[in-house]
Amino acid sequence: MTSVISRRTLLAAAAAFGMLSVSVAPASAADTIKVGTFLAVTGPASFLGDPELKTLQMYVDKINDSGGVLGKKLELVHYDTAADPNKAVTFVKRLLDQDEVDVLLGGSASGETLAVMPMVEKAEIPYISFAGARKIVDPVQKWTFKTPHTDTMACQKIFEDMKKRGLTKIGMISGTDGFGASMQAECKAEAGKYGVNILVDETYGPKDTDMTAQLTKIKATAGVQAVLNPGFGQGPAIVTKNFKQLGLNVPLYQSHGVASKKFIELAGDAAEGVRLPAAALLVADKLPDSDPQKKVVTAYTAEFGAKYGAEAVSTFGGHAYDGLMLIVDAYKRAGSTDKAKVRDALEATKGYVGTGGVVTFSATDHMGLDLSAFRMLEIRHGDWTLVN
Amino acid sequence: MRSVLSSRWAGLLLLAVVIALLPLGLKNNFQFDIAVRIGFNAIVVIGLNLLIGYAGQISLGHAGFLGLAAYFSAITVTRYGWPPLVSLLAAATLVGLLAFIIARPVLRLKGHYLAMATLGLGIIISIVLNQEAGLTGGPDGMAVDPFTIGAFKLVKAREWYWLVGALLWLAVWLSLNLIDSPVGRALRAVHGSEVAAEVVGVDTTRYKVMVFVLSAVFASVVGSLQAHYVSFISPQQAGFFQSVEWVIMVVLGGMASTYGAVIGAVILTALPQVLTALEDYEHMIFGLIMMLVMILLPKGIVPSAGALLRRVSSKAEGGK
Repeated sequence: MTSVISRRTLLAAAAAFGMLSVSVAPASAADTIKVGTFLAVTGPASFLGDPELKTLQMYVDKINDSGGVLGKKLELVHYDTAADPNKAVTFVKRLLDQDEVDVLLGGSASGETLAVMPMVEKAEIPYISFAGARKIVDPVQKWTFKTPHTDTMACQKIFEDMKKRGLTKIGMISGTDGFGASMQAECKAEAGKYGVNILVDETYGPKDTDMTAQLTKIKATAGVQAVLNPGFGQGPAIVTKNFKQLGLNVPLYQSHGVASKKFIELAGDAAEGVRLPAAALLVADKLPDSDPQKKVVTAYTAEFGAKYGAEAVSTFGGHAYDGLMLIVDAYKRAGSTDKAKVRDALEATKGYVGTGGVVTFSATDHMGLDLSAFRMLEIRHGDWTLVN
Repeated sequence: MRSVLSSRWAGLLLLAVVIALLPLGLKNNFQFDIAVRIGFNAIVVIGLNLLIGYAGQISLGHAGFLGLAAYFSAITVTRYGWPPLVSLLAAATLVGLLAFIIARPVLRLKGHYLAMATLGLGIIISIVLNQEAGLTGGPDGMAVDPFTIGAFKLVKAREWYWLVGALLWLAVWLSLNLIDSPVGRALRAVHGSEVAAEVVGVDTTRYKVMVFVLSAVFASVVGSLQAHYVSFISPQQAGFFQSVEWVIMVVLGGMASTYGAVIGAVILTALPQVLTALEDYEHMIFGLIMMLVMILLPKGIVPSAGALLRRVSSKAEGGK
């Protein structure tokens, strides 16, 4: 019996060491462009990282099948950060020092992007992030770019719409999760510029199941003409339902955080008439043919949808698509794989039409989007409708 | 081999040699980074092993202590310009004090209840770090200035390696000394049977509190250093999963074995890096290895390996 156990033990030990000795791939060959990427494919932000990675893999293959870039094949080197900034730092060190990649894409969440930025700047390598925070590009860092719009822009889009409708006195109810808290702060900072007064400012926990108390307070505040709800996940759906139940008859604005069919499903009839800003990708089929983004968003939706199912299409995958295409475009214009030349070409990007909007980078703007990147939507008959 | 493991100085010498020679095999910044992270984890796990392995008390809240110290160092150094070393010591004192204050009520609990209480502590700290965005930067985290001692600035992973290596050696030395002292014997008595220990006159509460504070201070020192090393901190570092990972390192390496704690940290820090080569199967294989180790080496790697060696050698002797 003892010998059986010890033999098994040895076997297990041998297997473990066998794993440990899996060797690391050698340095890059000159006929490939190594695209390093680190995404939160698992963990709490997997809803970001998963479509991002799938998008990158799909389009890298597609680009390689049609001849690659500058006659070189793209080689994707990927690590999963599980949205942990600590892991992201280690993996980026690995991408830079061991894999010696030519360009860096990714960082699904803001935390991991901000964590690796000092290293990227030191390593002097072109880098495009897929994360939202404004801090990533403000102040502008030489080597860091990003594709998604910011919370600030969502606030601006909402206030712009309110102003158009003559709504200047509003109540806010925000989630205390990272997304809600960040957008709450940004909206409060922006409101004044649009002549919007926030009369009452309430919050709720991300796991709360009833927001009647907060909404009652908003209802009781005299002069509230509209309500804004920055939040993410199920919270906004509950707010929307409670809002209807309490009979608040002022317009309700949601954020881009709930720009998914799931929200309409959860909120049901109560969602009728709710307005929210969202990327063009979400309403690809409803855009007029004259829309500059129509072609790219319908193509992406069709291609990604064909491979992974239509319900898997999300704006997050779109951010990754834009990142990859922007860098490919920069390589082509630079005509070389020299990191400094590629960065310069990237910064000179002008009028690139992507899924997130029309991108024009400059030395002072490494996000390159304006408010036209957001469309104002209204929920009518359980579906999105474009509002002009 | 047995004499090497059981003899304190030989073991320490071996560790010193390994730490001194390892850089010869490390090719680049990334590999040094992994070595530094192994060192950080190993120091925390050595402290935690004293608590779990020797005193028999579980803690799922040590990431909270690490997080507190990390943020204390980050905020005082980056915002208020304190010398990093002063911040580190102040953080260690504060965290030690906090651990001391909560240790008495918390350590009255046993088993699952103790785990729950420490878990709660960790989560409270994590929530505070997330919510106090004005101070901590909230969920997005904050940048941290580099570690300086006088005019000397520690930036490169190679430089950090020597500091962390020295601290790891010191932590092992401290832990071995403690275990071989009357305190260590008292702790083992507590682990064996708290009632019996009390009957023979061991002040069990005092020893439990002491080792709880000590392990919290270990985590605190690592927290401060890690914040400077990574030059960025976020609330995730103080999260529940980090605490669980350390407990796994203790159990995997072998409870009540200081070198086991080091081995546990080495394996669990390096293995995910090695397994990335397997891409989609990474998590599956990782889980499989963990399961195999737990089924085949239930006492942890180092104690099981030690037992195996003893059995082999006694068989060899019997054969003569």
